[in-house]
Amino acid sequence: MLQQDASAAHPNQPIPGGGAPVVKGRSLWADAWRRLFRNRAAVASMVILGLIVLVCVAGPWFVPYEVDEIFWDAFTAPPSEAHWFGTDANGRDLFIRVLYGGRISLMVGLVATLVSLVIGVTYGATAGYFGGRIDDVMMRVVDMLYSLPFMFFVILLMVFFGRNIVLIFVAIGAVEWLDMARIVRGQTLSLKRKEFIEAAHAGGVSAFNIIRRHIIPNTLGPVVVYMTLTVPKVILLESFLSFLGLGVQEPMTSWGVLISDGATNLEVASWMLIFPAVFLALTLFCLNFIGDGIRDALDPRDR
Amino acid sequence: MLSYAIRRLLGAIPTLFLIITIAFFMVRLAPGGPFDSERRLPAEIEANLRAKYNLDDPLVVQYLHYLGDVVRGDFGPSFKYKDFSVNDLIWQGFAISAQIGGLAIAGALILGLAFGTLAALRQNSAADYGVMAAAMTGITIPNFVMAPLLTLVLGIYLGLLPVGGWGQVRHMVLPVVALGLPQIAYVSRMTRASMIEVLRSNYIRTARAKGLPERITILRHAMRAAILPVVSYLGPAAAGIITGSVVIEQIFGIPGVGRHFVQGALNRDYTLVLGVVVFYGALIILFNLIVDLLYGMLDPRVRYD
Amino acid sequence: MIQIRPLFARATLAAALVVGTVSAAEAETIFHRGNGSEPETLDPGLSTGVPEHHIQMDVFEGLVAPGPDSEPIPGVAESWEIGDDGLTYVFHLRENAKWSDGSPVTAEDFVYAWRRLVNPETAADYAYFLWPVRNGKAISEGNAEPEELGVEARDEKTFVVTLEAPAPYFIDMLTHHSTYPVPKAVVEEFGNEWTRPGNIVSNGAFRITEWVPQSHIKAVRNEHFHAADEVKLDAVVYYPTEDREAELRRFRAGELDYTYDVPAQQIPWIQQNMPDQFRNTPYLGTYFYAFNVTAEPFKDNPALRKALALAIDRDILTEKVTQGGEIPAYGWVPPGMEGYQQQQLEWASWTQEQRNEEAKKLFAEAGYGPDNPLTVEILYNTDDNHRKIAIAVAGMWKQVLGDVNATLRNEEWKVYLETRDQLQFQVVRAGWIGDYRDPYTFLSYLRSDIGEQNPSGYKNADYDRLNDESTVETDAEKRMAIMAEAERILLADLPIMPIYFYSQQHMVADHVKGWEPNIMDYHPSRFITVER
Repeated sequence: MLQQDASAAHPNQPIPGGGAPVVKGRSLWADAWRRLFRNRAAVASMVILGLIVLVCVAGPWFVPYEVDEIFWDAFTAPPSEAHWFGTDANGRDLFIRVLYGGRISLMVGLVATLVSLVIGVTYGATAGYFGGRIDDVMMRVVDMLYSLPFMFFVILLMVFFGRNIVLIFVAIGAVEWLDMARIVRGQTLSLKRKEFIEAAHAGGVSAFNIIRRHIIPNTLGPVVVYMTLTVPKVILLESFLSFLGLGVQEPMTSWGVLISDGATNLEVASWMLIFPAVFLALTLFCLNFIGDGIRDALDPRDR
Repeated sequence: MLSYAIRRLLGAIPTLFLIITIAFFMVRLAPGGPFDSERRLPAEIEANLRAKYNLDDPLVVQYLHYLGDVVRGDFGPSFKYKDFSVNDLIWQGFAISAQIGGLAIAGALILGLAFGTLAALRQNSAADYGVMAAAMTGITIPNFVMAPLLTLVLGIYLGLLPVGGWGQVRHMVLPVVALGLPQIAYVSRMTRASMIEVLRSNYIRTARAKGLPERITILRHAMRAAILPVVSYLGPAAAGIITGSVVIEQIFGIPGVGRHFVQGALNRDYTLVLGVVVFYGALIILFNLIVDLLYGMLDPRVRYD
Repeated sequence: MIQIRPLFARATLAAALVVGTVSAAEAETIFHRGNGSEPETLDPGLSTGVPEHHIQMDVFEGLVAPGPDSEPIPGVAESWEIGDDGLTYVFHLRENAKWSDGSPVTAEDFVYAWRRLVNPETAADYAYFLWPVRNGKAISEGNAEPEELGVEARDEKTFVVTLEAPAPYFIDMLTHHSTYPVPKAVVEEFGNEWTRPGNIVSNGAFRITEWVPQSHIKAVRNEHFHAADEVKLDAVVYYPTEDREAELRRFRAGELDYTYDVPAQQIPWIQQNMPDQFRNTPYLGTYFYAFNVTAEPFKDNPALRKALALAIDRDILTEKVTQGGEIPAYGWVPPGMEGYQQQQLEWASWTQEQRNEEAKKLFAEAGYGPDNPLTVEILYNTDDNHRKIAIAVAGMWKQVLGDVNATLRNEEWKVYLETRDQLQFQVVRAGWIGDYRDPYTFLSYLRSDIGEQNPSGYKNADYDRLNDESTVETDAEKRMAIMAEAERILLADLPIMPIYFYSQQHMVADHVKGWEPNIMDYHPSRFITVER
């Protein structure tokens, strides 16, 4: 990929000057925070997302129903006082299921993104820091992995080895780390020529510690941006797998599972699609706005 | 440039080898076999079947056999669809998937560039916000929700378009739209961002200052630079289209490669699944190469060494 | 990759041809038929699925053919005689039975097809269908030559079959596709491509002219068919319709005249909005849960098995969950078997409250309760219906018996089959559809000694013995009594828990005439008309 060097030379990175990056960085971050909070869309998104997360995490404690509780006299019942979001085709309360589904979807998004973050950042920083032959080989591997039809491998994994939620995390995380590795490597390449790294190097700090203490913290900006954009991607990916019938196992559920259920009941029971779809779409909207907001905040040129 | 292309293609050989190897062992180590069925086969008959498809050899021997066949361009017979070879199925399916995918990408490029540029030129206007809101919606609504909605409204309630099947031009409309919508959204977002940046650059200011008509400034000068990120997005976009087509082909009953893949995986049709994975691996490699070459042609700063 | 170019050209050409024919054909009477999944093969000797069978029934014809109501009617054989010992069958083939290329269908064609079926080199799944024929089993096990099969072409139009033992259901079996004739010359010339359009020669009411995998198969009327003038359709187009929701949408948009199936959750909507086109008929099959009787907790624990069987409310399952007019099952052999006295569990006539009481009692007797809750896992294959039933069953056990911790595990079909075969489960969802209209097709499924099927690992020597006796008893009435006795043993042991007898739903457009509901769900296109 040829364009990579162009983006690595991005002029507006958090570039701390001397040997004390923390102090210098803080003002930059503070600056970014200030810009972020002036972005109304991003702030509204953060509030809404916060509410959604709160409701999904804490809500189930206040709902008097179980996620797998069947109401024998309310199969496919429309929203009512007893069941705010109606019930599904098995007579289970949809409100509690949307909340539980949200827990799973948000968790998949978060955990898979963290998996990709850990692999990608470590890999990219290592490749970029050592450079030369090591970098060549490591980036060749990334290039090779890029050409794998990954989605197909994920589907194969799900079909062959069953619907295991851990497997979903790992599989999706394994797909998403490649971009992260490239971004971090590009950052590292430009960072390592900076004086403070060379100073650390001359001061006898080990390679591991330089990467850990100096390189990685300084790549955080673009990584955070990329992360906020990866979470919605992963949530969508999980819902895509659910649509193909490869999602989480009953009686647990996810927004993807609920939506694909709802899509088939569109005309008979529209609430089965509407509620989970609204939650999913809102979450994705918010995450995208927040991602855009953070990017703009870190990148002072007004877009 | 030619030598660069050749080097890239040669460099793809180990990648393909990797794809074949991973896929082969993954498929083989999976539980379930192609001959499992509700009416369980008597042992003698299953033995006959296994012998017919060389499943009795050690796995490594089968692997080497398979490698040899693939090098010769032969993906072998389909285990499940006994009247067809995998080559037949992939090529028949690809002729169709490529039509849908190609149209979706072309549409996404044209509309995405147009909307993106429009939004950039009228930054922070109602048009801008409208385009960006629509784009965000396009990204956040999964296409497996969009597709049934479209069929229900356009196909059943209004009766304008067929809701499934394949053969005539009108069969293509809904699948192409459902597949292309998210891509239009991505492309227009990207175009907007890069166009805004380009419009602020000195050479555009120069072009405007010397009185070049706005249309020529935008189309000839700004577009050429603004399109670069979109071009590099085409690689991932192609992969996205391929993945998306799995769902779209399922919903619309289209006989494309994605459908063969899902059916093959469910049926443990070893040869079909392997064939599709290897074929698409090769396709993605080729596509990435084309994208890189295209990028080089558009961006004078890039040199192939 | 040298082969790429010509193949690609062929594919596009095929696509172009399809575009041409579809639009030119509007004036003809065409029946657009949803047909489930894409056929694995159209070779009658090699295929295994129901969708293939529907096409092959139209395109080929066996010695005996299914009528509009699925009752066997003379096919290629216009008459037959059965020897007094029940072992020899002499079939007289019609003079005017012809292949679609005009050549006559001869006894030799059947000899070829049947030998081919049992030949180990063919590796046919359904080879065991001809094991009742003399030496059939020995040949497919490689212990005899295909030429030793008990079939003979006495002359061009007389086909003689010799059986190993009397098989009263033999004539019924002959409507099955594995026994259809195949054209020797074509098969030998084209190998596994013989069923492709352009190559295929067949002897049924229709002949195949187009086949685009995962898209459609088109068959037009075969002018050489012996009853061609009674066939009213010009052509039939079969569409793979695995996605039932999509199939229904295509039906509603008028693209299909007939659906293979109906998505269960849409049935209430359909009954409200398009009841006239909805068909719902009993189908020769039983849906059940099997207990793994070779492992804890169900091994040697009939009380527990009975408690669980009692605790589920089959009326709720069929009325609220499946909603397709299924019949709650309290026996193993479904209704509709001529001459067979249907057997039922002794508590079939109780109310659900009585059953629940008894279930609680048995559950406690089996040693389960608050201190010792039952943990049980239900295995099912990925499917909306199976999932919903499993959720409901787990819910009922929990509700009625209290201390049950039921979990669900779904596996995709092939994995599920392997898990089931290896008895790596506690309770498994299963279903069985009869191959022919005789209780034996159900009873033999749960035998312990034929090494196949039998999901629960059930073994009872008396049951196996009665099964054996039923295959040699030539007196129909006595035979039915033997089989009823076998079923009673089965229901007393309860290795399986019957849930419902299947019913099959279709959408049939108003303009489709001649469609007759029947328990085998056979609907040959030759009896159907489309009057738009």
